Amino acid sequence: MPELTSRRGLLFGTAAVSAGVLLTGCTSNDTKDEPASNDQPAADDKKGKQVTIGFAGPQADHGWLNAINDNAKSRAKKYEDVTLEITEGSNDTAAQIGQIETLINKKVDVLVILPADGKALTQVGLKAMRAGIPVVNLDRIFNSPQAYRCYIGGDNFGMGLNAGHYIGEQLKDKKNAKVIELAGLDNLELTKQRTAGFDAALKNYPNVKKVARQAAEFTVESGQAKMSQLLQAQSSFDALWNHDDDQGVGALRAIEQAGRDDFIMVGGAGSLSAMQAIEADNSVLKATVLYPPTMAASAIDLARALGQGKGVSGLAEFEIPSSLTLYSAVVDKENVKTYLPTGFK
Amino acid sequence: MTQPVSPPRDDTPKLSSQADPSPWRAVVARADVRTLSLLGVLAALILIGGITKPDEFLDTRNLQLVLTQASVIGVVTVGMTFVITSGGIDLSVGAIVALASVWATTVATQDFGFVGVLFTAVLVGVGCGLVNGVLIAYGAMVPFIATLAMLASARGLALQITDGNTQVVTIDGILDLGERDSYILGIPPLVLMFAVVTIIGWLVLNRTTFGRRTVAVGGNAEATRLAGIDVRRQRLYLYLLSGLCCGIAAFMLIILSGSGQNTNGNLYELDAIAAAIIGGTLLSGGRGTIVGSVLGVLIFTTITNIFALNNLQSDVQQIAKGAIIVAAVLVQRRTANTT
Repeated sequence: MPELTSRRGLLFGTAAVSAGVLLTGCTSNDTKDEPASNDQPAADDKKGKQVTIGFAGPQADHGWLNAINDNAKSRAKKYEDVTLEITEGSNDTAAQIGQIETLINKKVDVLVILPADGKALTQVGLKAMRAGIPVVNLDRIFNSPQAYRCYIGGDNFGMGLNAGHYIGEQLKDKKNAKVIELAGLDNLELTKQRTAGFDAALKNYPNVKKVARQAAEFTVESGQAKMSQLLQAQSSFDALWNHDDDQGVGALRAIEQAGRDDFIMVGGAGSLSAMQAIEADNSVLKATVLYPPTMAASAIDLARALGQGKGVSGLAEFEIPSSLTLYSAVVDKENVKTYLPTGFK
Repeated sequence: MTQPVSPPRDDTPKLSSQADPSPWRAVVARADVRTLSLLGVLAALILIGGITKPDEFLDTRNLQLVLTQASVIGVVTVGMTFVITSGGIDLSVGAIVALASVWATTVATQDFGFVGVLFTAVLVGVGCGLVNGVLIAYGAMVPFIATLAMLASARGLALQITDGNTQVVTIDGILDLGERDSYILGIPPLVLMFAVVTIIGWLVLNRTTFGRRTVAVGGNAEATRLAGIDVRRQRLYLYLLSGLCCGIAAFMLIILSGSGQNTNGNLYELDAIAAAIIGGTLLSGGRGTIVGSVLGVLIFTTITNIFALNNLQSDVQQIAKGAIIVAAVLVQRRTANTT
């Protein structure tokens, strides 16, 4: 019978395998499905020169990344003059570099890259630019401005900032108001930025104090587990900011299981279920701060404009901007109808 | 680990202590030095929790919370204990939990109801266990590799089924089991399920032929085969059993989180292996203890709880978890040498 020969290696091997799975499991923020925006394309709609756009993103194992892919594909389909070459997503840096090199060798006209890790993919971005292929860097920024022609992404600091301001305004008349934070994966840069923005906003409200923070993992399971502990630790508080609507499903479940409703909750990202809960107004969830997956559709617009040498309609420039950061709007009961179509599943 | 190969029969410390005319002394003197030291660790943790956060920690609600959070991984660990006792390993438990939970919640969204969800979760768990078992027992694959393959493919399948989405369950009968109203004498239904699985697991491992064979296969598979026991069939059953536990755990996780997601059961394989090892089950097989495994799970859950109550961050929690695994195994080696 085959038996394990190295018991010693076993736990380490298991650790390595599982760590890989963890990374694959949770590199993004949320969940979605529907390509949402039907807004006006950034560049004009008139048919132009044929453009082949290469798209390389991480594995869509999470709703938000799924929505990113769908947004990119459906926007590309809208243009007769655009051909989209899409690689299979991977969270492995080496694999993603290989995929991008393939696209470079295929001589696509423009590259749109959402790196699994922006810093690690900088070199291949530089390589593409040197090969004369302009790069649109989506969401996770490269280390060097030389590695991309245009950056478009969300505002993680702004998410925290807007969440903090919203909560601060709600609590401004309350003495010694207590706020807690359910963060996302702590080893992601974006989580740190969201927390930094949140703390910065709260400084404007001297009566509000953040009393606890726990990090979950962008999953429902971790949201439920961490939130139930937080609820046990804090017998009373006034507001909760949860970084991510996906783990928010678990957090809301924990809140319901604990039978608590003595505070308001603000979510993050803008999932459909969160927006529906805000609209129904029957839970503690009163608002969510957007991190729109529609940025992928905008990236296709910009890539097309780049390939055709156009500027952006409505702007005076002849070229597209070098950087574009989306606004993290706060969606609450007042404006949820407007944003509902952008909610991702 | 140079572990003496134990003979194929039921002469593990636990079993022989049961045969001892003065069981209490034997219990204290031998196998249960480990159990007692684990209880000591747990008591120390409870003391720390009680001192640092007396109001929140020593609260009935918190006790219910800790036990509930231990339940899902606890059930997985019971299955894992059997597999490790037989000298095998199951790396696929977390992935099976994920696959079973998303499959079951896919059924849920199609209105098959409570029984449909439970049945599907268990069936998927057993099915995956069957594949593991056949590959290992009859395909002569190393358990590490076979279950590694299952880990990868079950996660992939779970991702494919959900398309990355969270599948929210809306069946009241299931969700109700996670609510406070359904606590029985103050005990959450999930904790009762965990207790039932634990008791059955303990009885099977310590009081049945199946249990003795499991220990024997882990101690010396060749001698067991020569003794006329069908080692391959035994191995098949063990991976089936682990899959079954994963299916039950998936159903419990659906109750707990109200949803199925492809990220469910993340790193359960590590937590379950770690809990079994610090509980005193030998990674090389031949010795297993359900009580130790459950104490291991409770220790980990209690640490997480104390850290969260004191608002310590996840990095500190992970470092402490690592330190406890090392300390527990070192203590075990000492006790193993001295008895």
